[in-house]
Amino acid sequence: MAKAFQKIYTQITAITKATCSLKAQGVGNDELATVNGKLAQVVKIMGDEITLQVFQGTEGIPTNAEVVFLGKAPTLKVSEKLAGRFFNAYGDPIDGGPKIEGKEIEIGGPSVNPVRRKQPSELIATGIAGIDLNNTLVSGQKIPFFADPDQPYNQVMANVALRAQVDKIILGGMGLTNDDYLYFKNVFANAGVLDRIVSFVNTTENPAVERLLIPDMALAAAEYFAVEKHEKVLVLLTDMTLYADALAIVSNRMDQIPSKDSMPGSLYSDLAKIYEKAVQFPEEAGGGSITIIAVTTLSGGDITHAIPDNTGYITEGQLYLRRDSDIGKVIVDPFRSLSRLKQLVAGKKTREDHPQVMNAAVRLYADAANAKTKLENGFDLTDYDERCLKFAKEYSDKILAIDVNINTVEMLDIAWSLFAKYFKPEEANIKQALIDTYWPKEK
Amino acid sequence: MTTGKVKGIIANLVTVVVDGPVAQNEICYISVGKTKLMAEVIKVGGENVYVQVFESTRGLKVGDLVEFTGHMLEVTLGPGLLSRNYDGLQNDLDKLTGVFLQRGEYNFPLDKDKLWKFEPIAKVGDKVAAAAWLGEVDENHQPHKIMVPFVFEGEYTVKEIAKAGEYKIEDTMAVLVDAEGKEHKVTMVQKWPVKKAILAYKSKPRPFKLLETGVRTIDTANPICEGGTGFIPGPFGTGKTVLQHAISKQAEADIVIIAACGERANEVVETFTEFPELEDPHTGRKLMERTIIIANTSNMPVASREASVYTSMTIAEYYRSMGLRVLLMADSTSRWAQALREMSNRMEELPGQDAFPMDLSAIIGAFYARAGYVYLNNGATGSVTFLGTVSPAGGNLKEPVTEGTKKVARCFYALEQARADRKRYPAVNPIDSYSKYIEYPEFEEYISKLIDDQWLGKVNDMKTYLQRGKDIQEQINILGDDGVPVDYHEEFWKSEVIDFVILQQDAFDKIDAVCPLERQRYMLDIVMDICKHDYDFDNFLEVSDYFKRIINLCKQMNYCEFHSEDFEKYQTKLNELLAERQIKA
Repeated sequence: MAKAFQKIYTQITAITKATCSLKAQGVGNDELATVNGKLAQVVKIMGDEITLQVFQGTEGIPTNAEVVFLGKAPTLKVSEKLAGRFFNAYGDPIDGGPKIEGKEIEIGGPSVNPVRRKQPSELIATGIAGIDLNNTLVSGQKIPFFADPDQPYNQVMANVALRAQVDKIILGGMGLTNDDYLYFKNVFANAGVLDRIVSFVNTTENPAVERLLIPDMALAAAEYFAVEKHEKVLVLLTDMTLYADALAIVSNRMDQIPSKDSMPGSLYSDLAKIYEKAVQFPEEAGGGSITIIAVTTLSGGDITHAIPDNTGYITEGQLYLRRDSDIGKVIVDPFRSLSRLKQLVAGKKTREDHPQVMNAAVRLYADAANAKTKLENGFDLTDYDERCLKFAKEYSDKILAIDVNINTVEMLDIAWSLFAKYFKPEEANIKQALIDTYWPKEK
Repeated sequence: MTTGKVKGIIANLVTVVVDGPVAQNEICYISVGKTKLMAEVIKVGGENVYVQVFESTRGLKVGDLVEFTGHMLEVTLGPGLLSRNYDGLQNDLDKLTGVFLQRGEYNFPLDKDKLWKFEPIAKVGDKVAAAAWLGEVDENHQPHKIMVPFVFEGEYTVKEIAKAGEYKIEDTMAVLVDAEGKEHKVTMVQKWPVKKAILAYKSKPRPFKLLETGVRTIDTANPICEGGTGFIPGPFGTGKTVLQHAISKQAEADIVIIAACGERANEVVETFTEFPELEDPHTGRKLMERTIIIANTSNMPVASREASVYTSMTIAEYYRSMGLRVLLMADSTSRWAQALREMSNRMEELPGQDAFPMDLSAIIGAFYARAGYVYLNNGATGSVTFLGTVSPAGGNLKEPVTEGTKKVARCFYALEQARADRKRYPAVNPIDSYSKYIEYPEFEEYISKLIDDQWLGKVNDMKTYLQRGKDIQEQINILGDDGVPVDYHEEFWKSEVIDFVILQQDAFDKIDAVCPLERQRYMLDIVMDICKHDYDFDNFLEVSDYFKRIINLCKQMNYCEFHSEDFEKYQTKLNELLAERQIKA
């Protein structure tokens, strides 16, 4: 609602699908405004001509719409009360609960001074062995799932959210289908973990441009918990491809020249601004952390498209899901997935045999893949090939499948038992000292 | 000074209406409330001046005051630059107090209170010009020359020079008199605009002096010269960082400058954490003592990312003028090019290929041209060796940044995914990589004196063996192991010996990590001798088995102290093994 001293403008000079322009004075860049009650943000100023990006789209906006400038950039009110709540892209509750009272902070704030960061070194356990064992996540890391739209990435994300040993989980949903939104809501409610989850959701029923606010909202909330409450925060962003698409829509409406794949030329910086909010603070700054797990959906598995390509250069690795037809389950692909920070914790924060067991298992799994190719091409299999194939099937089922939920010690023990079941110690190619300690003794 | 008022804003491109003259690339400050944001003029059109702001423009309004400074983006040069962490605009990151970078917070990059021990070089009455050495202070064991400021034009006479003693950087170290008799005071500090090359030297010959890095795949196969230029493409996870660390640690440079340009913050943190720990193999002290890090991570403002590479290069040129050997590594130049693309896009320039600015390759060329080996006016020499990385989109090397770089950089180190996957580190593909310096007669003459006149011939033979080995491997893949003659297997395994013994190197092994030139020569002689001989085999299984044993012995030699007892022991074993099957010529 307009306050007494606020000037109301009623003469819009230009309207596109996503923006409208008018003449006004004293307006600040990035400032919010309402256009007939619809929220908008200043994206361009030229003399007294102001261009507003209307988040809900400009459908039905007349040339005499009432425009009120709010004198501030987008903000979020933060307090402990955020926990357990669902919000839309503007930070307004959508779960029927009351508005949050608290400190009002600007979203999309400044970046952390790189010399004030700490090198990530804490394990984030998810219980999914395909992640914890082979692609260990570290607090302060940023990593996306590169997934095809038909893969169950949201289910995996929900699982990660439920199991991750963190203080807060912030879900940023961009272009979620209503079904997926309800899925997340139900899963969180049924698991009784709502008190540590904050959700910012933009569904496909909401206007696309609204999505642009979601990551900044989610990360502003994350920064509040990490900086002021010194908490370990996990941020889930799904789906970043739809976010990038919204960026492209706005830049297109503003007549900007598109660069690769019709994406705006600033895509790399835009994505980096979001992902680089992932941080581990040192003890002097409270020791909180922000870890980001995102989803980037691919079109036909194409990772050379501008969105996954730029993402790959920003994030610290990527995770791939794949359906394993041998066991009929979805697994975390051990070949293409990579956590670039895993060596910071594997074997240091986990048991000493972790790196070697991980490498040995993946190597044997690769031998199984070769054996499979041989089989398909009609060659004879050696005894070793046969054993690799059997190992791979069981390894896939007990370790790689996304429905696995065990701790890292159990994962390692299972891996050792599989080695012992199918191979001789020298075939595992592991350091002798570790074999002596961990190779299951015959009973 | 000229002032102006803000007229328009799109992201970090601001249009300003001015009341006086402005220069292209002039720096100005825009007031937003109490903070002042630094910006640079990038285009002038009629009364409109377009400036790119180095910070977020949130809250900026039409009518906000803009003050122009009359100078371009400058760096402050003087003793105390070493071992600091700067951002792209040369703010000392350690001096900024908050956890978050607050916009408009700028600081002085040097320490004004520190005392430096000064020794004069010039004498009263000496005729001097820009970059002439007036005196010297000891900066972390480096002879830091106090020079006549680069902006001084013409000839000056030294009227006064400070006596040996301890001084602060802003004390007057000398008084110079110009041709018109006017006096100029000189301190230890001077400023220089980053986008202009420092040309205060006598001449810039083609680089000819080998820059020893201790990395065999570089020094032996594709050497880089002091003052040379090279580039490395860095697909994900190919060991780019390890290679860069190895080069910066071992290269025979006096000063190392790392420009982290638009890359991941956690990677920069790794550099911040690891560099202070790294031992300098040349002095036994910490490498950080002679290192400067310029960090502008991907989430820091894009315009200062563009500035950061220039800031680094200017500091490099400053140390070169002191007669030092500087190694500058920029990671990654693609991010810099993307910053150029973003600005060009905002200015609505007609785009070139992949929406990069039309003059991209000229900009890249001009930047690489600032590196080089120089003869200073006093006869001393100095160098800036530049190694940049590129991050080609989708791993496709046919994109404008890589192509623009290829035209100007003289060395190419092709880090390759396939090699990394097979754990053949450093994952530099020996056949795709090149060094143009090998073709320079100056280099040939230099290396002949340094090693021997057969050297380049041997290196060439080595590459021929590698190429042949690769061809044969392809044939074996198609025809099968027994589909080719046994000779082919022998040829292939000779190339594997070269790969395992010369090209591969264990960066984490204390001894193998650094391979001095004398040792490289010794090992190449051994390996080429193995390759030149013919061997007696009945079938292909014998070949691989035999050469694997050879490789193992040579590798053990690589892991031993040069000419140590163990080393000699393995060499004796190797000779015995060779004698088993070698056919006497």
